[in-house]
Amino acid sequence: MAEFWTAYLWPLLWIVIKILAIVVPLLLAVAYLTLAERKVLSAMQMRRGPNVVGPFGLLQPIADGMKLFFKETIIPSGANRGVFILAPMLTFSLALIAWAVIPVGAGLVLSDLNVGILYLFAISSLGVYGVLMAGWASNSKYAFLGGLRSAAQMVSYEVSMGFVIITVLLVVGSLNLSDIVMAQKGSFGMFNWFWLPLLPMAVIFFISTLAETNRHPFDLPEAEAELVSGYNVEYSAMTFALFFLGEYANMILMSAMTSILFLGGWLPPFDIAPFTWIPGPIWFALKIAFCLFIFIWVRGTFPRYRYDQLMRLGWKVFLPISLAAVVIVAGFLVTFDLVPA
Amino acid sequence: MILQAIAFWVFASITVAAAVMVISAKNPVHSVLFLILAFFNAAGLFVLLGAEFLAMILIVVYVGAVAVLFLFVVMMLDINFAELRQGFLQYLPIGLLVGLVLLVELAVVVGGWVISTDATARATAKMPAVDQVPNTDALGQLIFTHYLYLFQGAGLVLLVAMIGAIVLTHRSRPGVRKQNISDQLARDPKETIEIRKVQSGSGI
Repeated sequence: MAEFWTAYLWPLLWIVIKILAIVVPLLLAVAYLTLAERKVLSAMQMRRGPNVVGPFGLLQPIADGMKLFFKETIIPSGANRGVFILAPMLTFSLALIAWAVIPVGAGLVLSDLNVGILYLFAISSLGVYGVLMAGWASNSKYAFLGGLRSAAQMVSYEVSMGFVIITVLLVVGSLNLSDIVMAQKGSFGMFNWFWLPLLPMAVIFFISTLAETNRHPFDLPEAEAELVSGYNVEYSAMTFALFFLGEYANMILMSAMTSILFLGGWLPPFDIAPFTWIPGPIWFALKIAFCLFIFIWVRGTFPRYRYDQLMRLGWKVFLPISLAAVVIVAGFLVTFDLVPA
Repeated sequence: MILQAIAFWVFASITVAAAVMVISAKNPVHSVLFLILAFFNAAGLFVLLGAEFLAMILIVVYVGAVAVLFLFVVMMLDINFAELRQGFLQYLPIGLLVGLVLLVELAVVVGGWVISTDATARATAKMPAVDQVPNTDALGQLIFTHYLYLFQGAGLVLLVAMIGAIVLTHRSRPGVRKQNISDQLARDPKETIEIRKVQSGSGI
């Protein structure tokens, strides 16, 4: 019995505790990201934003959650029941399981996979299924059009994202996320992080993440002016809430990915005293918050792209540039004998 | 060890069950979704074998790209499958007969198949020791060092297939208005706009 406890039960329990330690802060962050978005947008538009529920509107996410929780879940009679219910669950759980490989600090990671970045890429490419299934199962033309748009858009931008990741991998020489962060450590602090040496790639990656998460200015799948609200138009109450939470969790995930690949993960901006006192996870959270702010800033600033412009940007601009960058970076590394062992 | 065995049986049984559902599901969209489930569990089997790179590539390429496009097409099909299945029982004996013949032929061919020990020795000699190198490195060494020409050849075949598909399906329709961004950027205000002083009381 004692052996059973030490060999099976305790490791299982320990993993569950670690999972909770990741998921609970993540869900809180998702809830408060919705509030942060409304506050930042309102500041940009010179208005107050939510300020009634709780001090400074801090309890607004809880009020929103309660509202969605107590509403009735409506399943359209023409819908394909199973797929209709499965779609939001899939979106939400995919947004959560990706966090298994994200290192929030030195050694602070649930599963230190040696193909971590591929795992992240794989999970983020699966996000399209939730949208596609929702669009099809709703049996509504608006939802269907939204789903189709999303599928085409996500597949297009994944390609250039993949090439950007390859340029980073060429410089690092490993697919492990902790190795990618440690490879950015250097004597110039934040100027050693890959955003500067691989600057055009960092920008392309960030714009691709906007498209991958269906955010402004690429939110064509839910373009409310033409598609009502796109793939989730038939959803209500908790099923809608799961889509909503999944979208915001995906935003945080993509920001975390950008932070790890280009902003040095948990590393402090300079390796000297006042910066090194602050623990790594806090730096990581700050970098994620910075990326999320840009997400919202972009939403507050740019008009929506037209669909053909979106496709043109993905296939005719980003794909050739990132493909050329793979060749250039590889050539540079070989010429100057910098290829990592 | 027992956990691995449990994981294997779970992945393997779901793979087989999903594969059966792919061909027996009434709704084609459900078939594709079951196909994705089968891919997913096959990736799980790869992980159990220690081939995590292949597992991730299977998900990225097949689930993330190929199956999406597949689903895309199947979702837009408007076929009444109940109608298609009407003659099913009538043709079942013929189908079974054809399947049986193929199965016997396969058994005869594969049963008499002997791989020469020389060939296996030559192929395994180049394989890096799996316990020393991570399998991503091992695959890289095999593909990009020992079998580079074959790899390039495979790439060329795919390129030809891609260009062929584009040539076959591309048609230029006259009268389609397109946005040409370089034309728009090349426009010069001096050539396109004329500014005139208009006298009040008299038109242009």
